[in-house]
Amino acid sequence: MKQKPWISFAAFTTCAALILPATALATDYRPAMLANPCAGCHGPDGDSPGSIPSLKGLTADEIASSMKAYKADRRKGTVMNRIAKGYTDEEIDLMAGYFSRKP
Amino acid sequence: MNNISRRRFIQWLGSASALGALGVPSLALPSSKARIIVVGGGFGGATCANYLKRFDPSLDVTLIEQSKQFYTCPFSNAVLGGLYDMDFIRHDYAKLQSKHHIKLIQDKASTIDPVKQTVRTTAGRTLSYDRLVLSPGIDFRWNAIEGYDPAASLIMPHAWKAGEQTVLLRKQLHEMRDGGVVVIAPPANPFRCPPGPYERASMIAHYLKQHKPRSKVLILDAKDRFSKQALFQDAWDEFYPDIIEWVPGSQDGLVTAVEPKHMTVIAGDERIKADVANIIPPQLAGDIAHRSGLTNDQGWCPVNQKTFESTIYKNVHVIGDASIAGKMPKSGFAASSQGKVCAAEIVAALHGDTVGTSSWVNTCYSLITPDYGISVAAVYRLSDEGIVGVKGAGGVGPRDAPRSTRRMEAIYAEGWYRSITADIFS
Repeated sequence: MKQKPWISFAAFTTCAALILPATALATDYRPAMLANPCAGCHGPDGDSPGSIPSLKGLTADEIASSMKAYKADRRKGTVMNRIAKGYTDEEIDLMAGYFSRKP
Repeated sequence: MNNISRRRFIQWLGSASALGALGVPSLALPSSKARIIVVGGGFGGATCANYLKRFDPSLDVTLIEQSKQFYTCPFSNAVLGGLYDMDFIRHDYAKLQSKHHIKLIQDKASTIDPVKQTVRTTAGRTLSYDRLVLSPGIDFRWNAIEGYDPAASLIMPHAWKAGEQTVLLRKQLHEMRDGGVVVIAPPANPFRCPPGPYERASMIAHYLKQHKPRSKVLILDAKDRFSKQALFQDAWDEFYPDIIEWVPGSQDGLVTAVEPKHMTVIAGDERIKADVANIIPPQLAGDIAHRSGLTNDQGWCPVNQKTFESTIYKNVHVIGDASIAGKMPKSGFAASSQGKVCAAEIVAALHGDTVGTSSWVNTCYSLITPDYGISVAAVYRLSDEGIVGVKGAGGVGPRDAPRSTRRMEAIYAEGWYRSITADIFS
């Protein structure tokens, strides 16, 4: 019972590997690796149990536009103006997408 | 890896391309066979164990930790200030076991055999690993300050590992007379939590101001400069001008000896009689790192700063305060951030994959009063010179920030604590 789905799954992933463009392979970890440190303040998967705003439930647009506003000092915060400047706009979009896909 | 856990892993990565990247290499090396041992259940080790299972639930992850409960150094100063009880900073490993299916062995890992790939414990266990993560934190250089040994620390507590030492220092503060002198002696760099001694001075001053207002906090520093210095000193001038005095190392601040029997601290030519003496001695990587030959001549562990694999032994990773992590400070947040990167690197390596570039963050809040907080932050990247802060980002908050910002940073300090401990232990 255990063996059968494993084989079919393996066959599927092999096919997936063949049809996906090579450039996709290099970016797999990026959104998660960029976003993981955020949990240190914003809580597990962006779900904050305390006073720091949650990212959970926000759209990618909402997160990305906030981060970009902090980065450009168009929005005044405390620590976020300093942190947002550490990322490119592309990285901000990747992080925002990552959190918006969290259930 | 069975297909159910594989799906969860892919779901976690949240990207269709993960199918292609991770499917094929893992057929060659099923990671379900891989045994990962993590030594040390603090910010680095507990995060790493947790995220190893988040990244790949099929991994066999064992956490070796000698204590049933973990008291965090972060917010232990606020306990000394009377803002919280010890309960607030106490955490356990129940969720890591029940929810994340991490095996917990309550024992002390004493040494490793990097050739046989085994860990020995003081209770006599020998455990085999495919990958080992050490997060042993710090130990103290006893007698680097003459007379300061483990027995002296029961009279002049360091309270630089939270728990009994925190309780002891708090008790001494409570029992001290009004008009007493509290000496705090911070060490030279590098050491655990660079702003910690100065937050401690602030929180002790907060307690004294309310309960023993004629008392003093005398900081006898080994250094001439310290973390967030301008922000601390501005706030001390405002809140504690008659309580806190800071003596830099070049002006006889360096403590060279103590006489616990007489409660005397010796700095330069001065013999200072203390009512309470909080001696924070010079430090080095946790014991097991030394016993196992993982340290350099400075007492810290050199690692590949991308993977945190030891440069001395293969398949042994060192994270947190014990490691040499470029420009990252020895802080709980930094250790946790390293734990996540290390976990991803291990999972990727087991799948014959690579993580690519990583980034790390450190944000550190310090409380001056219950309503006045300050912070320092940085985003870190790997460069040719190791891990460095991103230029133009991070740093301390502005000196002229409005009072509302200080109040928000005090509120966010507690929010940070609740978030990071939830991220690690729940």
